[in-house]
Amino acid sequence: MGNSLNAWSEALVGFHLLGLPLGLIILAAIPLVFIALYSLTYGVYGERKISAFMQDRLGPMEVGKWGILQTIADILKLIQKEDILPTSADRFLFVIGPGILFVGSFMAYAVLPFSPAFIGASLNVGLYYAIGIVAIEVVGILAAGWGSNNKWSLYGAVRSVAQIVSYEIPAALALLCGAMMAGTLDMQQINVLQSGSYGFAHFYLFHSPIAWLPFLIYFIASLAEVNRAPFDIPEAESELVAGYFTEYSGMKFAVIFLAEYGSMFMVSAIISVVFLGGWNSPLPNLGSLALNTWTNGPVWGAFWMIMKGFFFIFVQMWLRWTLPRLRVDQLMYLCWKVLTPFAFVSFVLTAIWEIYLP
Amino acid sequence: MQELDTVGQGSVRVTRKSDKLVILEKDLATEQMVLAMGPQHPSTHGVLKLECLTDGEVITEAIPCLGYLHRCFEKCCENVDYPAIVPYTDRLDYLSGMNSEFAYAMAVEKLLDLEIPRRVEFIRVLVAELNRIASHLVAIGTYGIDLGAFTPFLFCFRDREIILGLLEWASGARMLYNYIWIGGLANDVPTDFSKRVREFVNYFRPKTVELQNLLTGNEIFLKRTYGIGIMPAEVAINYGWSGPMLRGSGVKWDLRRNDPYSIYPELDFNVAVPDGKNSVIGDCLSRHLVRALEMEESLKIIEQCLDKMPSSEGFNSRSAIPKRIRPKAGEVYSRAENPRGELGFYIESDGKSTKPVRCKARSSCFVNLSAMKDLSKGQLIPDLVAIIGSIDIVLGEVDR
Amino acid sequence: MEEGKAVSQSVQESAAAYRVIQEQFGAAVSAFDANETMPFFEVVATGRWVEIALFMRDHAKLKFNSMACLTGADYPAENKVGIICNFESLALLGHKVAVKLKCDRTGGSLPSLSCLWHTANWHEREVFDLFGITFTGHPDLRRILCPDDWEGHPLLKDYKVQQSYHGIKVPY
Repeated sequence: MGNSLNAWSEALVGFHLLGLPLGLIILAAIPLVFIALYSLTYGVYGERKISAFMQDRLGPMEVGKWGILQTIADILKLIQKEDILPTSADRFLFVIGPGILFVGSFMAYAVLPFSPAFIGASLNVGLYYAIGIVAIEVVGILAAGWGSNNKWSLYGAVRSVAQIVSYEIPAALALLCGAMMAGTLDMQQINVLQSGSYGFAHFYLFHSPIAWLPFLIYFIASLAEVNRAPFDIPEAESELVAGYFTEYSGMKFAVIFLAEYGSMFMVSAIISVVFLGGWNSPLPNLGSLALNTWTNGPVWGAFWMIMKGFFFIFVQMWLRWTLPRLRVDQLMYLCWKVLTPFAFVSFVLTAIWEIYLP
Repeated sequence: MQELDTVGQGSVRVTRKSDKLVILEKDLATEQMVLAMGPQHPSTHGVLKLECLTDGEVITEAIPCLGYLHRCFEKCCENVDYPAIVPYTDRLDYLSGMNSEFAYAMAVEKLLDLEIPRRVEFIRVLVAELNRIASHLVAIGTYGIDLGAFTPFLFCFRDREIILGLLEWASGARMLYNYIWIGGLANDVPTDFSKRVREFVNYFRPKTVELQNLLTGNEIFLKRTYGIGIMPAEVAINYGWSGPMLRGSGVKWDLRRNDPYSIYPELDFNVAVPDGKNSVIGDCLSRHLVRALEMEESLKIIEQCLDKMPSSEGFNSRSAIPKRIRPKAGEVYSRAENPRGELGFYIESDGKSTKPVRCKARSSCFVNLSAMKDLSKGQLIPDLVAIIGSIDIVLGEVDR
Repeated sequence: MEEGKAVSQSVQESAAAYRVIQEQFGAAVSAFDANETMPFFEVVATGRWVEIALFMRDHAKLKFNSMACLTGADYPAENKVGIICNFESLALLGHKVAVKLKCDRTGGSLPSLSCLWHTANWHEREVFDLFGITFTGHPDLRRILCPDDWEGHPLLKDYKVQQSYHGIKVPY
C-alpha cells in the first residue's frame, strides 16, 4: 500500500491547474488542516472533560452522549456570533492578527511526519524550519494586542512576545541535541533512524543517559511557547481579563482558539518525533510475538504519531489545571538563568556522548 | 557635544557640525500609563475600581475608588425598626451573614441589657463558626484563582456546598439568613442537626490537609506570595487592621479572646498567628496561612459547641425576644470577630422610638482596603492581584 | 448608671484614662459619661483636638494606638453635627474610650486626625461625604461613597434627595 500511495502522490504533484500547484494543495495542505481542526475539536472537549474530572465534577454532558458534540456546538455558536470591531481599533492589524497567528502555528505542520508515507513537505532541514517558523506567531500576537487599542491587550501582547522570544532559545538548543543524536535535520529521517525491533529502546529518549535533560527542557520551553499554564501570563484571566484577545469575538476568536490548540498539538508532535520515535511503534518484538512488526506500517504510523501527540496534550492540560501561574519576572528568570544554562550543558554533554562513545 | 534642555518630554543630545545643529540622540519619552482595573474585573472581588499609575509593569500608585455597591445601609436603618435591620446586616458582608447578624444582635442586646438563653448562645456560635469556615473557603479558593490555580477553587466550593446545605436546613436560606434575631433566634435548629454537623466536621478535617498540600505546598504559589505586600505590625494597627490581616502581621489579637463575647470564654481554641518559619511575617502568605489555620480552629469550636450545648427540651428560641424593641436612650459601640476582621456597630437610640437614631456599621473590609494605596507602591501588576486577594475584601461591606 | 450596681472593670479603666487626659487639658474636655455601653467624653475646644489626640496616642499611661471607628452623627435639636471616635489601646494597655466632637451644621469644620491614625483618612472622607463636615488638614478630602458630583449630604436628617442625576430620575 505504501508503494501505491507514493504513486498517487507522484501523480498529484504533477497536477497543475492554470499554473497553480493544485495537486500539492490537495495532497498535503487539506489533510493537515483537518488534523489541526480535529486537534481543536477534541482538544477543547478533552480539556473540558479532563479539567472537570480533576476538579471533581463532570464537564459537558448535555450535547450528545457525554457531551461529545459540545465543541461542534461551540464552533457553530462562534461562527454565527456578531463580529465586533471596536471603533477605535486599528482595523488592519486587528483583522490580520488572528490570521498571522494561525498561519504561524500551522505552517510547522508541513514538516511533521505523520507516517512513513506521509509528510507534507519533505525538507532536509525540517527541524530547523519547524523551530524557526513558529516565530511568526509573535507578529500575530503583537498585531492583535496593539490593534485592539486596549491597554490590557497591549500588556498581554508585550508579555507574550517577551516570553515566546526568550523561550525559543532553550527550545532550539534542546531540539538541536536531538538533531545531534540523529545526525540529520530531516524530520522523516529522524524517525527512520529511531525504528528497530526493540521498539521503545531505540527512541532517542533512551539513547544516552542525559537525553532526558533536553527532553525535559524542550517540554518546559514548549509550554511557554504555546502560552499554556504555568506560563499563561499573556492570557492571565484573572489579571488581564483575556490578554491579547480580550476584544475578539465570533469567528476571529475561533481562529485564535484554533491556533492555540493547533500549536499545542504541533509542539507535542515535534517532541514525540524527536525524542519518542514519531510514527514508530513503542512495542518491542518479544521472541515469537513480533509486536513491533505487527504494529508498524503507514496507517499504524499515523496512529502512533497522533496518540503520542495526544498524550503530551494530556500532560499539558494536567499541568494547566494543577499549577498556579508564574509571575512575569519569575518566568524570565526561569528561562534565562535556569533553562538556558542547562540547555547549553545538555548540548555539550550530548556532543561529547556522540563523538566519543558509540 | 552640547545638551539642550528638555525638548518635549525627553532630552536631546546635539552636536555642532559645520555650523548646523545635528541631533544625535533623543531619549524616548516614557510616560506613566493610567490603567483602570475595574469596576468590572475578574480579580477585584467585586465592583472595585483601582486606578493604577503604571510605569511599565511597575505600579507607582494604585488608588481604590469605592461606592459602586453603596446601598445606603445607614440611611435605611434610620427608617426601619430594630428587628427589621437584621436582613440588612446580612447583606453587608454577604459571605458571612451569620457573623454580621451576630454582631448587630449583640449590639442591640447591650443597649437593652438583655439576658440570652444559653442554648441560643451556643447555636449562635455554632452557625457563626460554620459561616466562618464557608467564608474562608471562598477566600482561599478565589485567591487560588487570582494566581492561576483553578482547581482548589472547585474543591473549596464543593466543601462549602455542604455548609450552605446545613445552614439552609437550619435557617431556610443558603446565603442571606435572617436567622439570628435580637434576643434569640428565628427558630431552633432541626433534629439531627448535631449529627449532620459532626459528620461534616469528620469529613472536612482531612480536607484541610488536602487543601494545604494543593496550595501551600505548591512551589509556584509560594513564589507568588512569599514576601509580597509586607505590612509591619505597628503600621497595621495604625491603619486599623483587624482579624486575619492583623494576625498575619504577627499581632496576637482576636476579639473572641481579647474582648470576649457570648460563650467564647468557655471554649478552648488557639489564635492562629504565623510563626515566621514558612513565611515572612506580614506578607500575603502569612495572611493566607492564618485563614487556613483558622478553619481548623473553627472545627474545634464547633465540636465543643455540639458537646456542651444544652438540650432542646422545652426550648423556645424566641422566648427572650421583647415584644417591642425600644432601647433606652444611649449609645453603644460593640464589635465581633468576623471572618474578615472587626465588624463594629455604633448604635444611638433616643429612648422614645423603635427606630435607631444612628446605626453605623464599622466595616472591616473598608478599613483593611484603605491600606491599598501604600501597600501597592512599587509592586508589579501580578503582585497587586496577589495583594488584593490576600486582603480578602467583600464589596458589600466596603461600600455598605 | 444604676445605684448599687458595680461599675464594670472596663468602664473603670476608661475613667482612669479620662482622668489622665483631664489633668492635662482641663476645660478643653467635658465631664466623663461613665455609662456601661459606651463610656465617652466630649472635646469642647475643637481647635485643640489634634493636640489632645496626639497626647492620647503617645502618653505612656494612655497609648491609644488604634482608632476603631470614626462615626458621624447629626444632632438636629442642637443644630449641630458631630463625630464620635472610638479609641482602643490594642494589645498594649487594653483600655477603650470614646470621644465626641460637635460643630456647626452648615460650613462646620473639625481638625483632621489622618496625620495620627491612617484609619481616620477614609473615615473622615466618609463623614465629609455623608454629613458635610470639612476636616482641615486632610490630605485628600473628597467624596468616597457617593459619586463625585453628587449634591447634598445624605445622612443629614433634613436631606432631600436630588431630582435627577445625569438625566436619570432619582426619587422613586
